[in-house]
Amino acid sequence: MKKTNVRYSAAFIILAVLLGILLFWNINSGSVNLSMAEIYQIIVKRAGEETAYNIVWGIRLPRIISAIILGGALSVSGFLLQTFFGNPIAGPFVLGISSGAKLVVSLVMIFLLGKGIAVSSGTMIVGAFAGAMISMGFILLVSRRVKKMSMLVICGVMIGYICSAITDFVVTFADDSNIVNLRNWSLGSFAGMSWENVKIMAIVIFASLILTFLMSKPIGAYQMGEIYAQNMGVNIRMFRVALILLSSILSASVTAFAGPISFVGIAVPHLVKSLLKTAKPILVIPACFLGGAVFCLFCDLIARTVFAPTELSISSVTAVFGAPVVIYMMVRKQNRMM
Amino acid sequence: MKDYFVYTEKMSVGYNGRPLIKDIEINLEKGQILTLIGPNGAGKSTILKSMIGQLGLIGGVVYIGREEMQKMSEKELAKKLSVVMTERIHPELMTCEDVVSTGRYPYTGRLGILSEKDRVKVREAMEMVDALPLAQRDFSAISDGQRQRILLARAICQEPEVIVLDEPTSFLDIRYKLELLSILKKMVKEKNVAVIMSLHELDLAQKISDVVVCVHGDRIEKSGPPEEIFTSEYIKELYGVAGGSYNAEFGCIEMEAPKGAPEVFVIGGGGSGIPIYRQLQRKGIPFAAGILHENDVDYPVAKALAVRVIAEKPFEEISGETYKKALQTARQCKEVINCVEKFGKFNEKNRQLLEESGHLL
Repeated sequence: MKKTNVRYSAAFIILAVLLGILLFWNINSGSVNLSMAEIYQIIVKRAGEETAYNIVWGIRLPRIISAIILGGALSVSGFLLQTFFGNPIAGPFVLGISSGAKLVVSLVMIFLLGKGIAVSSGTMIVGAFAGAMISMGFILLVSRRVKKMSMLVICGVMIGYICSAITDFVVTFADDSNIVNLRNWSLGSFAGMSWENVKIMAIVIFASLILTFLMSKPIGAYQMGEIYAQNMGVNIRMFRVALILLSSILSASVTAFAGPISFVGIAVPHLVKSLLKTAKPILVIPACFLGGAVFCLFCDLIARTVFAPTELSISSVTAVFGAPVVIYMMVRKQNRMM
Repeated sequence: MKDYFVYTEKMSVGYNGRPLIKDIEINLEKGQILTLIGPNGAGKSTILKSMIGQLGLIGGVVYIGREEMQKMSEKELAKKLSVVMTERIHPELMTCEDVVSTGRYPYTGRLGILSEKDRVKVREAMEMVDALPLAQRDFSAISDGQRQRILLARAICQEPEVIVLDEPTSFLDIRYKLELLSILKKMVKEKNVAVIMSLHELDLAQKISDVVVCVHGDRIEKSGPPEEIFTSEYIKELYGVAGGSYNAEFGCIEMEAPKGAPEVFVIGGGGSGIPIYRQLQRKGIPFAAGILHENDVDYPVAKALAVRVIAEKPFEEISGETYKKALQTARQCKEVINCVEKFGKFNEKNRQLLEESGHLL
């Protein structure tokens, strides 16, 4: 009992330390490099040289906080989907949920911008949620018919491609100058977040995360399979609806603000479970949030600094680090099945 | 009416609103084991799944301790009934202890954190199934026999009044089958719970059950104590056995007897004939067996495998008439095999038979 507690504490401490380091590193790096003292001045004392102050408070901090919140939300949503489908490679991106959200958000934006109406964060979230639910609906229909895990993932990937293709199509032909941003967004990026965005995403995502955490008991029961979960006293129907809604809200909010981001939802829960050596939701959910935050901060740091001033799309970076983890998992899984 | 703990009234079960099996009456007292038997696909699992609330009932009522099951909340039901299912589960990164502790689910708080009392219960349950040494092992890395024991411990620590098991012995070898059923029997006695399960192994069902329920076609064909159910004729009919037969005394099956006129006459008795009968059956040689008393241990096997059995009434000396019949049969055979080493007062005629028929060859 003691040994495992030490392990859990150590895992959380490691994640927290990593988060701290990356936080500092992210604030520090960019076109303007800042020293420790300067950062201290700017953040704690809210003073310092004006350009630096504006860079930190106006650009870097909102971007960093968004990466933390959205990264965390993405990996928790991945964990929920994996539990729900009993499939270790399920995730919002693989199942086409992010792409569904992306499609609807693009359509809404083009439609509203075309009419000269500004698009608020709230509208984006609602649109993304609608898109996520449409994809989710398809996946649920498919999962009823095919029991094979690989088929489910293939269907998800196909839905993702279809949605992306339509998105590209409409974005290409919508030649409004306002839509320039849309192209960046549709590739995935944490850039250009405002404090207003941060406030709304924090409210929506933290509310969902608290609800998710409160559901860790039935989620744990569900890991034993539906029959046993029901026998333990879980109301399966209610539970399934709640899980679908929560995972969709989480991944939809991410897509609404940062576009589709690949592999975080699969790779992070897996890494976190290997680190903790347990799948108990009460530990995995908070650890996933921290892990997702660390992973996205790290990837965003690379995305904006490696080829600066050119920025990479966040998805290309997360794919580079996330995809090998997924491949490794699939190979290992295959071996165990044989 | 007896004081049943679990009982059903006109229960119909099936899928998508279509009844598969109708008018099911299952009655069970606490401290009893009820076993469902019947051919593959008869609907044993369907009945069990309906009784645990996994499938909605098509009609009728299930009562547990005088309460209607459908009216109980999930949580109330969880404290009364626990299950061990056939479907293999693959929980990720769970130790055996973790799996057993999931049985405490209905008793823990909002976040499912185990109290000291819960831990004690978990340990007790693991001790009962003799699985304490497995506690820290990875659940996905243990053998099938150990896995069933862990799942049974899980069911026990849920502190139910009824345990439902769907073919608990399916993947187990004989050692684990025996072990599991012994644990089950012990548990029923100690905890005074009611057990409902389905079994494929008729021999085990016959030995462990207090009540046997036979599922056949769209109904419960028969139910009662094993003594009433396990007759050679009925089991043959229930499973639609075409070749071979079911031996009720031994609770085992016999292959089909070779057909044709007997080529060999086997003199047996006291168990000496059985290995020879089986050899001849395997080689497909039709044979006659004799002279056996009807209470001889060789008799039921000979009855199943021999073309003709010359038998005498129990506890009687072999009569002249029986002897004559035997001799006649033996004379038609090409060979006489004697398995008996010692002849006594009751089988004296067998010695005569051997001498006389042996002379002829």
